[in-house]
Amino acid sequence: MYDRRSWQAAGTSRDWPRIMQRQAESAHSPLLRDFLEKSRIEASRPLSDVPLVALDLETTGLDPARHSIVSFGLVPFSLRRIVCRESLYRVVQPRREPDAESIVIHHITHSEMAEAPDIVEVLETLLQALAGRIVVVHYRAIERRFLDAVLRSRLGEGLVFPVIDTMALEARRHPRRKPGVIGRWLGRKPVSLRLAACRQRYNLPQYAAHHALTDALATAELFQAQVAHAYTPDTPISSLWS
Amino acid sequence: MEVEQLEIRDHLGRHPPFDQLPDEWLDRVANEVEVGYFKAGDDLLAFGDEVRDLGYIRSGAVEMFRRDGELYNRLGEGELFGHMALMTTGRARFPVKAQEDTLVYFIPAAIFHELFDQVEAFADFVEVEDRTRLRQAAAASVGGNPLLTTRVDHLVSLDPVVISDKARVQQAAELMTRENISSVIVVAGEPGESVTAGDMVGVLTDSDLRRRVVAEAMSFETPVSEVMSTGVITVERDQFLFEALMVMLKDKVHHLPVLDRGRLIGLVDLSDIAGHESQSSLFVVRNILYRNSIEGLESLVGDVKDCFVRLVKEDANSHMIGSAMAGIGRAFKQRLLELGEEALGPRPVPYCFLALGSMARDEQYIVTDQDNAMVFDDAFDPDKHDAYFLELARFVSDGLARLGYTYCKGDVMATNRQWRQPLSVWKQKFSDWIERPQPETLLHSSIFFDLDGVHGNTGFASTLQSFIAGKASQSPHFLGCLARNAQNRTPPLGFFRDFVLEKGGRHENSINLKRRGSGPMVDVIRVHALAAGSTAQNSFRRLDDIRAAGFLTASMADDLRDALEFISVVRARHQAAAIEAGASPNNNIDPETLSNLERRSLKDAFKVLANAQKFLKFRYRPGGG
Repeated sequence: MYDRRSWQAAGTSRDWPRIMQRQAESAHSPLLRDFLEKSRIEASRPLSDVPLVALDLETTGLDPARHSIVSFGLVPFSLRRIVCRESLYRVVQPRREPDAESIVIHHITHSEMAEAPDIVEVLETLLQALAGRIVVVHYRAIERRFLDAVLRSRLGEGLVFPVIDTMALEARRHPRRKPGVIGRWLGRKPVSLRLAACRQRYNLPQYAAHHALTDALATAELFQAQVAHAYTPDTPISSLWS
Repeated sequence: MEVEQLEIRDHLGRHPPFDQLPDEWLDRVANEVEVGYFKAGDDLLAFGDEVRDLGYIRSGAVEMFRRDGELYNRLGEGELFGHMALMTTGRARFPVKAQEDTLVYFIPAAIFHELFDQVEAFADFVEVEDRTRLRQAAAASVGGNPLLTTRVDHLVSLDPVVISDKARVQQAAELMTRENISSVIVVAGEPGESVTAGDMVGVLTDSDLRRRVVAEAMSFETPVSEVMSTGVITVERDQFLFEALMVMLKDKVHHLPVLDRGRLIGLVDLSDIAGHESQSSLFVVRNILYRNSIEGLESLVGDVKDCFVRLVKEDANSHMIGSAMAGIGRAFKQRLLELGEEALGPRPVPYCFLALGSMARDEQYIVTDQDNAMVFDDAFDPDKHDAYFLELARFVSDGLARLGYTYCKGDVMATNRQWRQPLSVWKQKFSDWIERPQPETLLHSSIFFDLDGVHGNTGFASTLQSFIAGKASQSPHFLGCLARNAQNRTPPLGFFRDFVLEKGGRHENSINLKRRGSGPMVDVIRVHALAAGSTAQNSFRRLDDIRAAGFLTASMADDLRDALEFISVVRARHQAAAIEAGASPNNNIDPETLSNLERRSLKDAFKVLANAQKFLKFRYRPGGG
């Protein structure tokens, strides 16, 4: 089992193929082992050659220890095309009662959730859809930590895997996001890293937020735009994952 | 997988042709979409590339180029590319490049073909070339006005009553009273079983009996032939009611004999049509003819605007609006001339008052200036007679200005000595213009060669129309020069690039639909019409003649007709909306106020104009044959 603190602190230089291999060797669940083997992607592979999948989880809160997943959406894609036909969206049964506030955010009602399966029933589908692809998210802390927590509680073993975080890529493009004194005096606003704000900078359309599938699509589009503007199809995957 | 691509689905569903799709199709299409992002300057398709999907622009803008690198088209949000390739060779004919950062929804070829085969509305939309889409847009704008869709025979009163020209007026009055009719058709000799157009020599009306018999204290034994109105104007049974109405307005008659292949079958009555169309321009015209002062006429200006707005709201086509408004303008002129003659005394020599430009073409709208002139009998002696006509011309011109027809900035008005001439001088002038075209006379030609007689001896106007048509058609150098002039005002195709660029932003710009659209189109049509020797003045009638004479192919003529119709209708709607909002109407339109389809069609119409101007260049050359 990998130490959580070390990957949270990890930069882009992590040796992900090795980490994945080690996890595969020690994993008990065939589901996890299968995923880890398929997702061991060489660090030098160029972006244009890497199968990608955008993932978004909607949760009842920010803390995996107290909150749980209510839905997830994912869209497989490449640098060239986002393939809606292969996208996946599921509402799942949260373990704890969601508070009213988060329901307003996700527009998922209690009755919808009541009819939804427990996450364990869709874990296999989810992992199979992710397997063999690099996961792209906007703000990695949510997706990776919640997935790890769910797997720990349901399978008794966790999972870490490389992700490309579009928010982190955006932060790299805007190292000084807060305007200085003069900038503030001139009325400059800090550069927002929220998904909608990032998209706007690339002339991407406004989508309604907080639907897991729409957010996944929005993230995939944002990543295509970021690569078009700041990277090349030959950029090795290792310089973007974390 | 049963997923909902909500954002994709909603956006597609708001744009043609997807807005026509049933829900289940829309779901399917949305789920099959593939998405791609292109940075400004990126190539989306190169010439000859295999086209595997239909491109739908979700945000941003792209440009399509011809092989020679010339810009072919610009597309923005909600517009499609690749469909022509998918329907033909499967290879891209026009390279496509991102003009801005652009997000494209791609719809795979397989789905495209399924849609094409199974959803008629979809096929209709993508199948048509740009110009055909325009035609449909123009056709769709003709709605349910019964005047436009009802034919004359719907209202015809059968068994027309006829009387011999040899009958006495007293007999005629008796017959009319017995039959309870206000007019009777007069035929030469004894009426037979069936009456043909050639048998009819006149019409006798109640007002003829009053004005020419009773008021003049004529004998009741007078033969009908001496008091009837001659020159029988007829309509065919399959003409539309509005056409009959326009004939009545123009010639100030209340009844029209209706013919079926040359045989008289009945009469159509103004009051029947009026009952059909209770608030038509007809009532405005009738009121105009009953007013006895300029103040009285001024009080009708509001009715004119109401009439215009109503026509537009009833989805009248541009021909109907244009001829109704020209009919009203003509009635104003006629009435002013009558009032002027009453004040100044009888005319010293026969004359004809000419309407020029849009009124002569029956293409008048609400924003217009007055272009007019006078033709005199050749007995005209300037020293003796001109003071009278100058006075009359001033009276009419000032009156028109008070009625909202602004003075002509170019001084093309009968108040200008140059434009008050006897018939022979007009012919000489027109000869000079045609034989030795100069920049100034070419401009005059484009105004004066649309002429119509409004009042007085209108035969002078017909004479001049034939004279111009006969002479211009034989003068290639003149046609070449006129054609060159007709290319001066180019359509604002570049505007649409700005429009795309500025989406969401403010638009300082607007398009003057008359100056950049209908005006140049009318210019193009005039050149062909003169070349074809057509004496028609209305642009649509001219197109019929041009096409019949083979000067344009049927499809080119149709394209021009549709483009002119579309621009004219958009212009009319724009003006009507301004009137309703209490603003002063103009010809400047902000494309942002148009619907997506209208904007697209407008662009198509401008493309038709650009092509027509190009063709003109190739067809007519100054100095050559």
